[in-house]
Formats: sequence, structure tokens, C-alpha cells
Amino acid sequence: MSRSMRPLLATAIIFVIAYALAVMQFPTMFSTRVLGNFLTDNAFLGITAVGMTFVIISGGIDLSVGAVIGFTGVLIAVLISWAGWHPLPAFALALAVAATFGGVMGLAIHYLQVPAFIVTLAGMFLARGGASVITQDSVPIHHDFYDWISELIIRLPGGGRLSFIGLLMVAVFILGALLAHRTRFGSYVYALGGNTVSASLMGVPVARTTVGVYMLSSVLAALAGIVFSLYTSAGYPLAAVGVELDAISAVVIGGTLLTGGYGFVLGTFIGVMLLGLVQTYIIFDGTLSSWWTKIVIGALLFLFIVLQRLIFAASAQGEKAS
Amino acid sequence: MSDTGYALEARGIVKIFGNHVALDAVDFGLRPGEVHALLGENGAGKSTLIKILTGAYQPDGGMVLADGEPVHLDNPQQAQTHGIGTVYQEVNLLPNRSIAENLYLGHQPTRFGLVDRRRMETGARGILKRYGLEIDPSSELGAHSVAVQQIVAIARAVELSGKVLILDEPTASLDRNEVERLFEIIRDLKARGLAVVFITHFLDQVFAVADRVTILRNGKLVDTRALDDMTRTDVVRLMLGKDVAFSGATGVEDARPMGEVLLDFANYGRKRSVHPFNLTIHKGEVIGVAGLLGSGRTEMARIMFGADSADEGILEIAGKKTSIARPTDAIANGFGFCPEDRKAEGIFGDLSVRENIIIALQGKLGWFSALNRDEQMEIAGRFGESMDIRAASLDMPIKLLSGGNQQKVILSRWLATDPAFLILDEPTRGIDVGAHAEIVRTINRLRDEGLALVVISSELDEVVAYSSRIVVMRDREMVAELSGENINPGVIVQAIANHREGPSA
Repeated sequence: MSRSMRPLLATAIIFVIAYALAVMQFPTMFSTRVLGNFLTDNAFLGITAVGMTFVIISGGIDLSVGAVIGFTGVLIAVLISWAGWHPLPAFALALAVAATFGGVMGLAIHYLQVPAFIVTLAGMFLARGGASVITQDSVPIHHDFYDWISELIIRLPGGGRLSFIGLLMVAVFILGALLAHRTRFGSYVYALGGNTVSASLMGVPVARTTVGVYMLSSVLAALAGIVFSLYTSAGYPLAAVGVELDAISAVVIGGTLLTGGYGFVLGTFIGVMLLGLVQTYIIFDGTLSSWWTKIVIGALLFLFIVLQRLIFAASAQGEKAS
Repeated sequence: MSDTGYALEARGIVKIFGNHVALDAVDFGLRPGEVHALLGENGAGKSTLIKILTGAYQPDGGMVLADGEPVHLDNPQQAQTHGIGTVYQEVNLLPNRSIAENLYLGHQPTRFGLVDRRRMETGARGILKRYGLEIDPSSELGAHSVAVQQIVAIARAVELSGKVLILDEPTASLDRNEVERLFEIIRDLKARGLAVVFITHFLDQVFAVADRVTILRNGKLVDTRALDDMTRTDVVRLMLGKDVAFSGATGVEDARPMGEVLLDFANYGRKRSVHPFNLTIHKGEVIGVAGLLGSGRTEMARIMFGADSADEGILEIAGKKTSIARPTDAIANGFGFCPEDRKAEGIFGDLSVRENIIIALQGKLGWFSALNRDEQMEIAGRFGESMDIRAASLDMPIKLLSGGNQQKVILSRWLATDPAFLILDEPTRGIDVGAHAEIVRTINRLRDEGLALVVISSELDEVVAYSSRIVVMRDREMVAELSGENINPGVIVQAIANHREGPSA
């Protein structure tokens, strides 16, 4: 176990050090206000990253999640603002559409034996294209339900606020961790990432698990789309472009092996927080271009891939010697 | 149905692939509480029979009975429900998960819908103890040795099925102590009333652990017998199908005058692959390597060529100490190697005959002296003619050629590099009679031209015909070196079965 814990530990240590350094420069960064905003601002990314964690542990990849967020946002906005639906049935429909979408991708990956990269790339174009066909413009949402939710806030001492969507993300992480580490489905996901042939010989329902993993990813992406629409009060077809890559980065920085089989849902949480920290730092600094976020993410990602290589190569040699 | 006394039985099993009969009315009966060895050379039908018994293949005729009742096995999971568990040579478990999870995957104990990890690990600890393993069940499987993984695989199979255990070459990657430990477990399971099928190429292990033996040859049942009244020689004779022991010394030609020493392998070996061997090879001689499949013949060839690097011993080439750690080193020293598995390791299926011939020469020349098309055509054409390669065009993909012609192309590939030493692993397997004769002729011609050759072959008559010395391998060890009038199939079978002279006599 300790071997797979090591990247997670490294992420946690880097987060603590980075946060401490940031606080030394800007003491106000250590406040409930900043911490609360961490959760709110990264809620949609975090929820998406939970689904991505499952996909990557299973040995796959899902490039469609950013497009699913955009599509969901537009669908909800159109249903509420143009068709006059109540938000709740609109949410339910969006989740159902996403579940079908992810299920079909999972079926294609398993039965047609097409690489996940290709299938979800096609899914990305379909969802993004679908959103743009519905509307080209940003559709604002004005609804009492949205106002009500945005006022659901737990106030913390020190001026911080825990928003509904921030708490929702935390809940998704906790449920995701339970699903990954404490259920049979979770163990099947790890089994697929370990060795698909062995898994099927051991009686793992490979087809069902594959479909389940991509359904989960798409449903969580749709949930992230709902959160994004609550966050921005609008639906825009080009929203969340490239979020799939941020999610993959957060998962890998959180200690999940990109080749599958190893990883932790809570590691992804730290990964998301680390990305959030970088952005917050840049906002506090004020003089840096926001593109520095990308540079830091790139450097971190590279560091972690090298780190994982070293850890797994070192322990592989240990096995031979023993 | 009447009680046949068999835990698992196959009656008159027929399996046909295309127009090749893989199994021809084979009967196989497995009693509870016995260890039953299944023997046969490559292609004898062992693995086909096992795949039918585990539900991976469907028989074209005959039936499978479990406890006397006919059963229809669609897949390995269904075989499991009939109590039939299988452990393969390569451990088919999940190295990335804990031992406990590998034991329980798919059957984890749950509480409130969540996996009860504590109960799972307690249970796992109990199971491991029964197999003599005192290890932490929450540790990652991949962190343990292959032997431990193998035992975990057996434990899983026994826990889930519990009546019949099929072990398909379980000892192939274990060392001697680990094999002994595995045997203790097998004896223990036997005492618990399990029926165990044991497939291996190591005769010593068969005699150490098995009660009865079933021998297959060319898809036909040769015999099922109790091992008590059999000798090793009997078993080998049944496997190879040669009535040999009484032929006496044939009129072998006199040992030809030996050329100068080309290669001298001293204590050359590799852990877990081949025990150190001593072998001196002269120019202009053919050394035959005999032994059953899995006896270390191919491993020996791979070490000589540097495909696996030796981890002990010294090699001298023409009196100079040389190290061959990679095939590149070997080729630079004038070595060539035609591997056993022609399709996977020999040919580049989609490349043309011409490209397949020049590739080793091009590799030897390096990046910066590319052969132009005319030179390539010239070389390929020369060998195409001298080796009598029957191809419509030298530019057609090699995969379209027959096995014999492919083998000639691979031989040409090495001959183009003007080698001093060639290693041929089963050069005549699976090729037609005409090509067969052509290859044997080529071997003789190359020897007369002064090349040194090592030829591995299961065809004893063939080895005898062209070898000046014969090395016999058994259990990954060189157990005999025969020369002169000792080169006859009877002596070789004796040496394979049971060495009487010390190594390198």
C-alpha cells in the first residue's frame, strides 16, 4: 500500500509548503474567506475530477467532460429561460441525458474495442457541437430557485462563507471515496486498471464496469455543469473549454497513475485545491498574467509524472532483488 | 447416472480447428484425491484439452462430466461453479491490489452495502495461514515474489471452486525451493480430497508429485497409467513415440577432425533461466541440442545470443574474452539466431521478402550506410536463388509465404551478414518435407564451409544426422554432452530421461 500512498503524500506536502509560502507573502490568504472561496470557485472542477479519477483508475480517459459541462449549461438555461421549466426537472433531464451519453461511450469502448481517447474525443465534439446548435449565445438564467440556492450559505467566523455548491463538491468527494475504496464496483474499477485479462478471468463484469465508469464520469460532468450554471447564472455553449485537461491534471497531481490501477479520490481533492491555490495566488499578486496558472500546472504535472515513474521504477527493481 | 468415481471426466473429446484435428477421441478421468500429470510435447493437445475442461473451448464431439453428470461449460466462470478452478503459468491476478482483495474479488464480504475490509482481511489471513504464508493480507500483491503470487492464485482457485484444481505449468518461473513449497501445498490439497491436474515439462517434478499420468501425442491419447510402475525412460518414450532404446549404436561416422576453437562458454548461465554450462564450439561443427520442451534449450540459445544476458560465466571468442550482453554485441561478433517462434520473433510479416533478408545486414552496417535498392535486390536475389526461396516476387510480404520459405528467408537474413556462428532453434518445425530437406542440406553445407552451428531440435533422427556432438538439456541444466557412437536416439532418450553420466562427460 505504501507505494501507492507516496505520490499522494508528496502532493499533500507540496500543497502545505506552497500554501505556507503564499501565506508568508500575503498573510490574508490564511482566512476562512479564502478557504471558503477555494471550495466555491473550484466546485465544478472538483466534481468533474472525481469522475475523471474513476476513469483514469480504470485505465481510460474521458475527453468529453468539458463539453458535457457546456452542453448541460446550455440545456438547463434554455429549458428554464426559454421553455419556462422549473430548474429541478431541468436538472433531472440533464443528468439523464448525460447518463445515456456516457453509457453509449462506455458501450462503444468495450464492444467496439475502440480506444477511450478516440471515443471520448468524438463525444467531446458531439456535445460541444450540440450545445452550439441549440444556441450560439450566452443565455442568462433568472429564477427564484437560483436566488434561493445562492443564499444557502453557512457563515464561518472570520467572514468566510461555505456555499451550497462548495459543500456539494465536498459531498461528492466523500461519496466518491466510499464508492472507490469501499464497494465492489470500486474494486472492479481498480481491477480493470490493473489488468483487464486477469480481471475478466477473475469474474469481474468488465462490460458492466466499463459502461458504469463512463456513465459516472458523464453524470458527474453534468452535475458540474449544473453547478457551473448556479455559479454563473447563465448557460454558454463555449463554457468550460479545456476543463477536461484541468481535471486530468488534478487527478494526476493527486497521485493517480495515468496508466491506471492506482489512485485515490481524496488525492484528487488535494490536486484540485493545489490548482485553486495557484490561481488564488495569482489573483492576490495582481501583476502576474493568469497564464502563469498554466505554466505552474504544466510544471507540477511534469514533476508528478516523473515522481511516479521514479517511485514505481524503484519499487519494481526492489521486487526483483527480493 | 452411475457413479464413475471420477471428479471430472472427459469422454471421447474431439476438437477440430479448420482441417486440423487437435484432439481425436481423447478420454481423461480425474479421481478425487489424486495428482494427475498431463504430459505431451508442444502441439500434443494438452492446452486444448485443458481449455475444454475449463470451458474456454467447446468440444466438437464427446462430453465432459463432473461427478458423473454431463455438464456444459460455456466459460471459465461456469466451470468455477462446477468446482473447477485453474491456475495459469502467468499469474492471472491483480498486482496492484491487496492480497486480501485478490482472494475475495467479486465475493467481498459486505456490511450495509460497503466492503467490510476488516472481515475480508481476517478471512484472508486465515486462508493464507493454511498455505503456510505469514504475510500481511493488506499488502500489495505485486510486492511479493512470483511464488507467493502463485500460492495466492492457488488459494483463490481452491476457495472458489474446491473440487478440481488445474495447474497449468505452475512451476515454470519458480526456483527449486519455491517448487518444493508448492509441492507441499499440492500434497496437502490432495490429502484434503481435491483432484489436481498438473501440467509441466519437468519430468522430475512429475515423479515427485503425481500419482498417475496421461500422455498425449499429436492429439491422440497414448496412455493413462499409474506412475508407480513406470520409469522415466518409459515416459519419454511414450511422449516422443520412439521405440528407440534397443537400436544400439548406429554406424555413426567418425568424429571429423575438429577445426580450431571458435567459442568457449565457461560456467555460462543466468539465474532462473539456465544453470551454468560449459561448452566449447569449434569451427566447422554442428552441435545438436536435445531435450524436452521447457528443458532450457531455448533459454540456452537466447543467452548465447545475448537476447537474455548471462549473469555469470565467461565467454571467449577465438581465445579473446568477450561480453555479449545484447543481440547487437552478438551480431557484431558474427552471430546469427533463428528463433523458435518464427511468426512472433522471426519474421516482419508485413515487410517484403527483400526487406526481411537485408534487415540484419543493414542493422550491422548501421544508420549511415544505407543499402540502396539495387544492392538490396542484388543480395535478396542471390539468396533467393541459392536457398531456393519460392516466392512470386521478392517484394511480396513475407507473411504470404509458406513456413518453410519463411524459414529460408530468415536463414538468408543471417547468411547475408556473413556469420561465423549460427544458432537455429527448431529450424524445421512446421515446414513441409521439401523445405525440410533443403534446410538440412543447408545446415550440412554451412558446416562444411567452416561455420559453427548450434541446432536445437525435437526431431531426434534429424539431430543425429547432422550433429558432431549433442548436448542434452534437462530441467534447465546441461546434463550430458554426447559424441562419437553415443550419438544415437536411444542414448539421447536415456540422457533426457535420466542422466547416467555426469554433466559434460
